[in-house]
Amino acid sequence: MLSPEEWEVLQLSLRVGLIATLTCLPVAFGLGWVLARKRFPGKSLLDALVHLPLVLPPVVTGWALLLLFGRSGPLGSALEACCGVVFAFRWTGAALAAAVMALPLMVRAMRLSIEAVDTRLENAARTLGATPWRVFRSITLPLSLPGVLAAVVLGFARSLGEFGATISFVASIPGETRTLPLAIYGAMQIPGGEAQVLRLAAVSVSLALGTLVLSEWLLRRQPGGQRGL
Amino acid sequence: MAFDIDVCKQLGNTRVELRVQTGPGITVLLGPSGAGKSSVLNMVAGLLRPDAGHVRVDGETLFDAGAGVDLPPERRRCGYVFQDARLFPQLRVIDNLRYGEARARAAGAPLALPEITELLGIGALLARWPATLSGGEARRVAIGRALVSGARFLLLDEPLSFVDRTRREEILRLIERLRDELRLPMLYVTHDAAEAERLGDMRVEL
Repeated sequence: MLSPEEWEVLQLSLRVGLIATLTCLPVAFGLGWVLARKRFPGKSLLDALVHLPLVLPPVVTGWALLLLFGRSGPLGSALEACCGVVFAFRWTGAALAAAVMALPLMVRAMRLSIEAVDTRLENAARTLGATPWRVFRSITLPLSLPGVLAAVVLGFARSLGEFGATISFVASIPGETRTLPLAIYGAMQIPGGEAQVLRLAAVSVSLALGTLVLSEWLLRRQPGGQRGL
Repeated sequence: MAFDIDVCKQLGNTRVELRVQTGPGITVLLGPSGAGKSSVLNMVAGLLRPDAGHVRVDGETLFDAGAGVDLPPERRRCGYVFQDARLFPQLRVIDNLRYGEARARAAGAPLALPEITELLGIGALLARWPATLSGGEARRVAIGRALVSGARFLLLDEPLSFVDRTRREEILRLIERLRDELRLPMLYVTHDAAEAERLGDMRVEL
């Protein structure tokens, strides 16, 4: 089936996707919650900033990441000095690019699922003696959980497909930053690479399909012993 | 004196205003839809902040604009039975009932869970999910949940709407028992004159 080199690509892709999604999760949930529940000046600006990677050419996002998180970039050099984390031309950089690109999608989905939680239930909980923090843990979180998990799976699928920002930020280094889409693109440039393209594309399609089915299934699960339509 | 309410609130084009001092028992708030009956209950519960005035229950100040007092809803020890029951869909009936138990334990509630399920006749429903309850059953569970939370006064927002005739009588008798046996002061919202006539120790038009 897959050659050792292709297995390496798959493993790297999964690792990059997983780390990207997990780092993105708390940030996306926080932003989704703030956008769903809070009113403050500059909210539409924050909303626009979060959505920027969705509409910006990915190569621009990658270039911006390079400026900020490259070894001489302000954030990149600071992070290297304080925590020893390097993004430039490393798999961590690929994960960062994937996270930034997945963020808008995850925030959107989480915001929707938080907005769908009936605030009247939260009010009822307050009158029963629950502090705002307990209301969040016992009402808001469990009721939005199916949507939040679906958003995580969707973000993971998006991370696996990340191409433009990754290649412009961390290039395509075999074993380090060459994830599935980059490997497919690379194989397309080589004469006789069609078979490899086919195999890797098949892996991509099955991963994408699997995650989409999983996220739909999660969304249809409603808490309360009731399964939706 | 049970309730000492003097509140006003501008909501869009409507101005909700109520000034009333009630005795013990049930005070019925009457009025057409949109007169702000539910808003008054929300102000007493702490879910809606009045523009001015005060809310006192049994001598304790829950809200006083002048003195800068505004207790958060969780510290008002109010049992609010909403018009739409608002049971938590992800929790079984028993866990809905238990949701406010922690506060009751801290405050020393007059009634414990087994007595309340007995009183309300909901013992058979404990393992069910809220979505499987009828309107009347959900209403009784909602009343139970408010009682288990150690409420020292009740706010009832049209507890008989969408309840069929036989259940109506049952719930009405239950509310009268709560008044007579637990001596909980209640604010009872309705637009049904017969209900108001039967229950109201005091009637207030809004």
